[in-house]
Amino acid sequence: MEVLIYLVPTALLLGLSGLAAFLWSLKNGQYDDVEGAALRMLRDDDITK
Amino acid sequence: MPEALDLSIFVKRQDDGTAHLDLAIEGIDCAACIDEIEGGLCRLDGILDARLNYTTHRLAVQWQDGTVTPSAVVQELQRLGYRAHPYQSRLVEEEETRRSQWLLKCLAVAGFASMNIMLLAVSVWSGNVTDITPETRDFFHWLAAFIAMPAVAYAGQPFFRSAIGALKAKRTNMDVPITIGILLALIMSVVETINHAEHTYFDSVVMLLFFLLCGRYLDQAMRRRTRAVAGNLAALKAEVAHRLDDNGEAVLVPTAALNPGDRVLIRPGERIAVDGIVIAGSSELDESLVTGETIRRSAASGDAVYAGSMNYDGTLTLQVTAAGKGTLLDEVERLLETAAAAKSRYVQLADKVARGYAPVVHLTAALTAIIWIAFGASVHDAIITAVAVLIITCPCALALAVPVVQVVASGALFRSNVFLNSGDALERLASTDTIVFDKTGTLTLPEMRVVNAGAIRPDLLEAAAKLALSSHHPLAAAVAQESKEHRPYEEATEVTGQGVKAVVHGVELRLGSPAFCGAVDLAAAIANKDADVSLIAFACGHERTLLLVRQALRPDAVASVKALQDLGVDCRILSGDRPEAVAPIAAALGIRDWRGAAKPADKIAAIEALKVQGRKVLMVGDGLNDAPALASADVSMSPITAADITQAQADAVFLGDRLSPVLDALTIARRARALMRQNLMIALVYNLIAVPLAFMGYVTPLIAALAMSGSSSLVTLNALRARSMKAKALSETSMPTNATSAVPALQGA
Repeated sequence: MEVLIYLVPTALLLGLSGLAAFLWSLKNGQYDDVEGAALRMLRDDDITK
Repeated sequence: MPEALDLSIFVKRQDDGTAHLDLAIEGIDCAACIDEIEGGLCRLDGILDARLNYTTHRLAVQWQDGTVTPSAVVQELQRLGYRAHPYQSRLVEEEETRRSQWLLKCLAVAGFASMNIMLLAVSVWSGNVTDITPETRDFFHWLAAFIAMPAVAYAGQPFFRSAIGALKAKRTNMDVPITIGILLALIMSVVETINHAEHTYFDSVVMLLFFLLCGRYLDQAMRRRTRAVAGNLAALKAEVAHRLDDNGEAVLVPTAALNPGDRVLIRPGERIAVDGIVIAGSSELDESLVTGETIRRSAASGDAVYAGSMNYDGTLTLQVTAAGKGTLLDEVERLLETAAAAKSRYVQLADKVARGYAPVVHLTAALTAIIWIAFGASVHDAIITAVAVLIITCPCALALAVPVVQVVASGALFRSNVFLNSGDALERLASTDTIVFDKTGTLTLPEMRVVNAGAIRPDLLEAAAKLALSSHHPLAAAVAQESKEHRPYEEATEVTGQGVKAVVHGVELRLGSPAFCGAVDLAAAIANKDADVSLIAFACGHERTLLLVRQALRPDAVASVKALQDLGVDCRILSGDRPEAVAPIAAALGIRDWRGAAKPADKIAAIEALKVQGRKVLMVGDGLNDAPALASADVSMSPITAADITQAQADAVFLGDRLSPVLDALTIARRARALMRQNLMIALVYNLIAVPLAFMGYVTPLIAALAMSGSSSLVTLNALRARSMKAKALSETSMPTNATSAVPALQGA
């Protein structure tokens, strides 16, 4: 069961990094325009340029 | 109009030499619009960035200061086919956005904590029935404690703050039992962890928080969306006026840029955008949006005029007065204040339940502890059982029951073109049993229509309509709407105060007053019959015809009123217009209770009288004179064309030419209320089953977790049934709406 000493903190760390990523994306304004984001990825202006 | 609008007051200048403008955009309907707008603007020289928010239909433009004028941006958008309106973000809306972001953060923290603690808890549960060592179990409990404590401290804030606020005001709300339950369970679990116990409730605590925050966030998201729409509507409605400079030059500016004392030029056919006093010129004004009166009033130098009036034939110069300085506005405002004060605060369904629920829960928990001790159990066991009762009764499903339905129902209302201004309007709409309609602009369309279009030869009508396109007269605008191709005759000339004329293929066409077209004899025959109709004569060579113009009923008014009456709703009319003008409308709609010539104070009195009879009154009105009545009614709606003050009072605003949104709103609200009640019943039944189990001490953390997530999911799934409400509401009305199209447009009789 000693393996838990490594596994549990690793699991927690993974969860925390997920939480941090979410909070960063929220602060970054990525949820301000959810409908727009869904449509913007279909744009192909990067091809013509 | 190629005239440039001076938008400089909306531009925000930044230190780095860039300028920023926020615009609300009309006409966005597909994904391609994003490219069209952003790409189109970026092609303008000097534009640094244009970013469209597709969710809120708002555009942020940034440019190097001095390279582009804001009006050039608006004109470029106009050329691309979009109408843009400068948008000023309002404080309330920013506040709502901040709050919903905060709730989302809390939700994320609670979600993270509940997932990780559940991971530990499941291990303990399975270990308890197999071979977990007490050391490992303690390790897991301590880990859970260290995750749960900071998570609850952070994510629980919305509830703690609200509970403290309520207690300070000597009230209880749903958040008081929630806070007590969460804190007690947390403390007990920590104590149990120290005592190396088998069961802790950390997972229940954070899961409870997670579910509750979901409900709270949904509630907030709905409110925010409503605010965003309201903000856009305010921007779309913002009007413009011609301000006269010191040297007498007219500049087109938004009304927000006008100050008291400014001089404003009002041309024929324009809607007056500000309150003011006439200092030069004379004209006839249509004040139907202000007073509900359809007869025009003449205004001359020295008269006070109100925003919302339509200027007919003369040019006026106004001196702008501060808002609320006019005598009529003063009266309306005074009535508004008293009406708002007299309006008893509506207690929401959820709060009503909470008031009864909290004492019962706490009493049950206390009784549990006492009875267990009385039967000889240890104090430790008694307290643990009591806390289990508190946890199991924590109003998780109860807190989700109402907001989820509200969110789904308000989505259905959005699709029916109804926008809620206040969160509890849904419940108040549902209890409505009497609807009081204003006539002008509410039952009738706000603008004039040709009512005898069907009786006129199509080619004559088309010619008249095309000619009308060249006129600025408001009555001509009604005729112009009949035109199929919107191309005016090129050589048309307007004779001020009389009409328009043009020579087409050698034939002289004239549109205007009967005298102007030589149709006085025709007009005399009709004029006496109906005082409410305005006459426009049309002459094509030697042919003479008369067009009757009046405010027609909304196209589906008859069917909608009929459907409302079939629902058992008592429909009435309360109008500021003359009784002679109201009677035919009431007859056409089959409404028996109607009153004309009602002043704002009369309207309030009539509504108060209905309320005294125990009726729940929905007032639907658009005029400035309706604003106090809207405020005093139990719930109120107004069309988007309504006067600003009136719209601010309305609980809901509806778009479009039809009256069916009123019917839809009522049906959807009623179904939503039924679903809310069902949900509350589900939550109650769950408690009736769970509480005795908890009382007897059978509730382990595992059972608590199952019961909590089970009841919450059930309530949420039930609420999702509200999604089909639009379809229901439509199919109920689809028959009558089809029937209306068969009814000739001449219902205004």
